[in-house]
Amino acid sequence: MKKLLLATAASALLTGAAGAEEIKLGILFGFTGPLESMSPDMQRGAELAMREVSDSGKLLDGSTVVAVTGDTTCIDAAAATAAAERLITAEGVKGIVGGMCSGETIATLENVALPNGIVMISPSATSPALSTIEDNGLFFRTSPSDARQGEVMADIILEKGIDTVAVTYTNNDYGKGLADSFAAAFAEKGGTVTVNSPHDDGKPDYSAEVAALASAGGDALVVAGYVDQGGSGIVRGALDTGAFDTFVFPDGMIGQALVTNFGAEIDGSFGQNPAAEGEGRDTFIAMAQEAGFDGSGAFAAESYDAAALILLAMAKAGSSDPNVYKDSVMDIANEPGEQILPGQLERALEIIAEGGDVDYVGATSVELVGPGESAGVYREVSFSGGEMEVIGYR
Amino acid sequence: MDILNALVAILNYVVIPATAYGAQLALGALGVTLIYGILRFSNFAHGDTMAIGTAITILFTWMLQSFGISFGPLPTALLALPLGIAATAVLVLATDRAVYRFYRVQRAAPIIFVMASVGVMFVLNGLTRLLIGVDERRFDDGTRFVINAREFREWSGLSEGLALRGTQVLTVVVAVAVVWALFWFLNRTRSGKAMRAYSDNEDLALLSGIDPERVVRLTWIIAAGLATIAGVLYGLDKSFRPFNYFQMLLPIFAAAIVGGLGNPVGAIAGGFIVAFSEVAVTYPWRKVAGYLAPDWQPAGLLQLLGTEYKFAVSFVILIVVLLFRPTGLFRGKSV
Repeated sequence: MKKLLLATAASALLTGAAGAEEIKLGILFGFTGPLESMSPDMQRGAELAMREVSDSGKLLDGSTVVAVTGDTTCIDAAAATAAAERLITAEGVKGIVGGMCSGETIATLENVALPNGIVMISPSATSPALSTIEDNGLFFRTSPSDARQGEVMADIILEKGIDTVAVTYTNNDYGKGLADSFAAAFAEKGGTVTVNSPHDDGKPDYSAEVAALASAGGDALVVAGYVDQGGSGIVRGALDTGAFDTFVFPDGMIGQALVTNFGAEIDGSFGQNPAAEGEGRDTFIAMAQEAGFDGSGAFAAESYDAAALILLAMAKAGSSDPNVYKDSVMDIANEPGEQILPGQLERALEIIAEGGDVDYVGATSVELVGPGESAGVYREVSFSGGEMEVIGYR
Repeated sequence: MDILNALVAILNYVVIPATAYGAQLALGALGVTLIYGILRFSNFAHGDTMAIGTAITILFTWMLQSFGISFGPLPTALLALPLGIAATAVLVLATDRAVYRFYRVQRAAPIIFVMASVGVMFVLNGLTRLLIGVDERRFDDGTRFVINAREFREWSGLSEGLALRGTQVLTVVVAVAVVWALFWFLNRTRSGKAMRAYSDNEDLALLSGIDPERVVRLTWIIAAGLATIAGVLYGLDKSFRPFNYFQMLLPIFAAAIVGGLGNPVGAIAGGFIVAFSEVAVTYPWRKVAGYLAPDWQPAGLLQLLGTEYKFAVSFVILIVVLLFRPTGLFRGKSV
């Protein structure tokens, strides 16, 4: 008994002296569900940043970082809450990269992260509702709010000379938030929205929804849905019945799957998704290629940045306690300081250790504004000849 | 010109989709009604029989495609269909041997059969997912369009387009052929007459030397064939996802009950009634009204029910018929 006590005391002393710990970070994405095709690249993006920091051995006296994943299903708030609960109480994560979809993120933030005091940085939840949510300074996102996307989309459409559109959105927080912010921005800029109606995901056939949209009319159809779900179904139905020829695709629809599904049939359509240009992005794509995944996948770069922000904030605050390092996130993300690109996380940790300032730029030109969300650079794309082309950034 | 536009719009968005959907429902309802008429229970596993039959057919389709076999302008799935039906029939006969025969020997009450079929439904549900997964599959190949919307608009000069998909024509043609074959079989052949005799009065049929097990086997084989054909046509026309076939159970039962359970003609009529109501009630009539009465510009969409409530239409029809005419429009057996 004495020996055992002694051994316990000794081991306690040892760990205390080293100061290094195994920091667990949660990755909370919809690995199944309507955005399942995006999740793997996002996960690898986040893990890339964690590995980079872990391998450098310079975080909090050589702490290592381990990723723990949880599946939110994207649409089932109860499943997402249970997954977050498990990550926090059973696995003891110190921060979460996620959630992925807006509704699920709101649920996990309110029910789990907030009561437990865990920092969440979402790479892809874009609902305007998350800008004003009560978060105790625990929630950030490396993607912009859809209020901004609504305005950008309205500008792009009007510049193409189209002034009446029909809007259909996937029946959840993301779809409704985006559709409403777009409809408001479009009306304000002088356009007309003929109808703004929801569609449910997972139906076999969308001819009824398409008939309703066609009846309302419009020169183009804005599809604020998911490419792996009803969004593609709506486009299929509209093309088949000849209801619409031109489509506008916001971020949930932009993906290689769209080109695979429709090819040249959607020639002349266009869209936009949050994605930055620049050196950081190029570096990240090269790093991703080396690691064996597609860095240009939707929100993969944002995921890298989310994980990097959490870890650098820990270093800056000198603690892995979420309630301490949450105040450092904005410091890390914004000026002043030396600019940090992907692959330079080791350098950033060194600067922080020396007491210097860093300005994390990362893969998506991170600049957090307002309540801790990205200011938002959008990539404008168009479809011609069965290919997706990048037109520019705005 | 405006009247033509209105006509084309109605054809394109109401008549064509509803006819194809109605034919698929009618085939499904025929299977349900046949089992009800002869085996005397509501087979809740019918939706999932359709799903697994379609899944098997899709696997055979992929096999044929990997051999480089195609069916020209028609979908390859049609070639795979007989194989799919055969495999599904074997599966359904095995289920009968393992589950239903036990209760038949005991002369169990119909409600016990219904509960057993719910169990079978869940097992088939899982089997289908093991076999092919939960994802959406598209397996239509061949010519997609008989009439293309864009080309029709250019050809006719109308502002409305008309689209007619190959799978929609195929659905109706196959459904008509299958229904004709079924009625010919039931009315003209010895086995068909034996089945009707068994349906009318089991004991009398036994006395006149009809082998009950043979009738039961035949019924299951025909039901499996109808389920697979209905499932494959639905999957070709729309898309295949196991969960959707489970949901189809409601409109199929609504169709069978509206027509009168146990009455084949009723099942067909019921299928079209349910399909046309679902589509017509959720279709916004504003555009059509705009063509017919150009001076009248309504503010709303003239839509009776939002498209989200499509399934509610089947429920309403079901309740109304059960309240006012429990035996259905065509006098089936009372429920």
